[in-house]
Amino acid sequence: MNAVIQLEDIHKTYQTGEVEVKAVRGVSLQLVPGEFVAIMGASGSGKSTLMNILGCLDRPTRGRYLLDGVDVSGLGRDELADIRNQKLGFVFQGFNLLSRTSARENVELPMLYSRRALSSREQHERAGRALDLVGLAERADHHPNQLSGGQQQRVAIARALANQPALLLADEPTGNLDSQTSIEIMGVFQKLNEQGITVVMITHELDIARFTKRNLVMRDGRVVSDVPVEKRLNAEVELRALRESQAAVKLVP
Amino acid sequence: MRFFATIKIALRALRRNKLRTVLTMLGIIIGVGAVIITVGIGNGAKAQIEAQIASLGQNVILIFSGNVTRSGINTGWGSAGTLTVEDVEAIRREIDSITLISPEIRQIGQVGAGNQNWSTQLLGEAPDYFEIRQWRLADGALFTEQDVRSANKVCVVGKTVAAQLFGGESPVGQIIRVKNVPFIIVGTLLPKGLSVMGTDQDDVVIMPYTSAMKRVMGVTTLRGINVQAASERQLAETQRQLTDLLRQRHRIQPGRDDDFNVRNQQEIAEAATATSKIMAVFLSIVAGVSLVVGGIGIMNIMLVSVTERTREIGIRMAVGARGRDILLQFLTEAITLSSLGGLLGIALGLGGSKILSTTQGWPTLTSTSSIVMAFLFSAGVGVFFGFYPARKASLLDPIDALRYE
Repeated sequence: MNAVIQLEDIHKTYQTGEVEVKAVRGVSLQLVPGEFVAIMGASGSGKSTLMNILGCLDRPTRGRYLLDGVDVSGLGRDELADIRNQKLGFVFQGFNLLSRTSARENVELPMLYSRRALSSREQHERAGRALDLVGLAERADHHPNQLSGGQQQRVAIARALANQPALLLADEPTGNLDSQTSIEIMGVFQKLNEQGITVVMITHELDIARFTKRNLVMRDGRVVSDVPVEKRLNAEVELRALRESQAAVKLVP
Repeated sequence: MRFFATIKIALRALRRNKLRTVLTMLGIIIGVGAVIITVGIGNGAKAQIEAQIASLGQNVILIFSGNVTRSGINTGWGSAGTLTVEDVEAIRREIDSITLISPEIRQIGQVGAGNQNWSTQLLGEAPDYFEIRQWRLADGALFTEQDVRSANKVCVVGKTVAAQLFGGESPVGQIIRVKNVPFIIVGTLLPKGLSVMGTDQDDVVIMPYTSAMKRVMGVTTLRGINVQAASERQLAETQRQLTDLLRQRHRIQPGRDDDFNVRNQQEIAEAATATSKIMAVFLSIVAGVSLVVGGIGIMNIMLVSVTERTREIGIRMAVGARGRDILLQFLTEAITLSSLGGLLGIALGLGGSKILSTTQGWPTLTSTSSIVMAFLFSAGVGVFFGFYPARKASLLDPIDALRYE
């Protein structure tokens, strides 16, 4: 199977004044379609920088990055923008939705910048389908401030799915959410992953990482551990268990 | 990105801060309004002056007698009496492109009728004069060539004189004493209103030039000659021929100054409109400055807006907006802002012009071209002053922009 992501000895060095900061020092990695990967590590370990490179928001100083078979390490700003638009979907920790803009319009945003223009009716329908996929179809006309954190994150996931990308990148998607909502969001990711979408997420919560299929740990700009997840958690099962225990607490007089 | 989507985003962004949008537009509104009112007033004044110039007649050339300096005092054009009736005959004989010609002498003098008397402009002319100036009769008849040859004591009077001496009565056939010489009034003239210089053109008594010279003023030379050329194209050539002929007749050596002065209507018109032109230029500068100030206001707000919306820009870039898309978005916003201001300014300008012309009686003339110009200019201000902030936005780094708090 062709790799979705192939990193070959990726380095990223920042020049801040006199000091050189080596954020990523030689990461090689291969991801095949259908994978669900969590990248973990302490702050300063280089995981965010790696994520930016994976997300085509930043270019590596050295090394080769093949995304869906295309070498993107040498592309210009505009080409990277097109790649982000067509092949990648982003989910951020802070949701990053446009306020005063309905959920549906937020989801339509990537289609607005698509090189092949869709009619506004098509955009409308696609956004509706994406929202349906994350279970928010009936909230399409709500604005972000009328939605809960978990719902906002679902809108963000729907937005990431708008252009049917090959890869979903999530930067601490549960960082701003309580544990139950976190599990719900992981459920959404698991469902999407089952449908064949490759998901890469950053997290520092171990129990969240256990919902994925493969865990990477980074330290000092290098991948120090890369293991498949044993005893993978299922969001539905966990959610049911959580609800039962909550109900039990309430039942106690 | 599609055009309408861009406009929609721009309008939404502007609606978000209504007060700020209106205040920002105010500069443009006032600027454009000022431009339209100024141009309107300028055009109105110009049209009025042009109408006055046209009242002089068409393709008219005026020849004035030279000036003299006696005891160090220069007495001004027309005073030297260098032009003669013989000059007029020679011009009529030798210059073909002339259709009408009238010798002119003029003097301020006292006129009277019955127990009324009045100081007025006395003019001696040929019958051609009325044709040259396109001055029509209100009543009676003009004096004739026969009257000129015989130096008959007949005259026509302007409306002001008629009103002063005869009140409501018809003056035709009545006797008027011109410097105590009795003349018969044969006709009255239609009113012509104020001249370019602001004098009352209807305050006049016009008689055959021969009568004026022999019977009233006792002079033998002319103050000037009014000439009409056949066409506008021949104006300059005729003017040159006149100068050559008169120099020759007056035996002026090459290199010496003329003892007469030839002016065509165009030059007089230019002199008259010069002031209003200077005024128009001055006011345009003021209006232009206010547009620039408005533009700077837009730039300022757009810069603030770009900073405020850094995160939004980051989000848009992350989902695939190119720098160009962001540039267009902010540029569209600036242009929408300035164009809206322009439209409101046009409304203000038209309303202001209307109010000025109705309450102050100023003649204003707003032209479609000035409205279109003002609108395009305001849109141009948006492009010019919106470009820098928009470019700044488009060059943001998506990572930094997303991280911006």
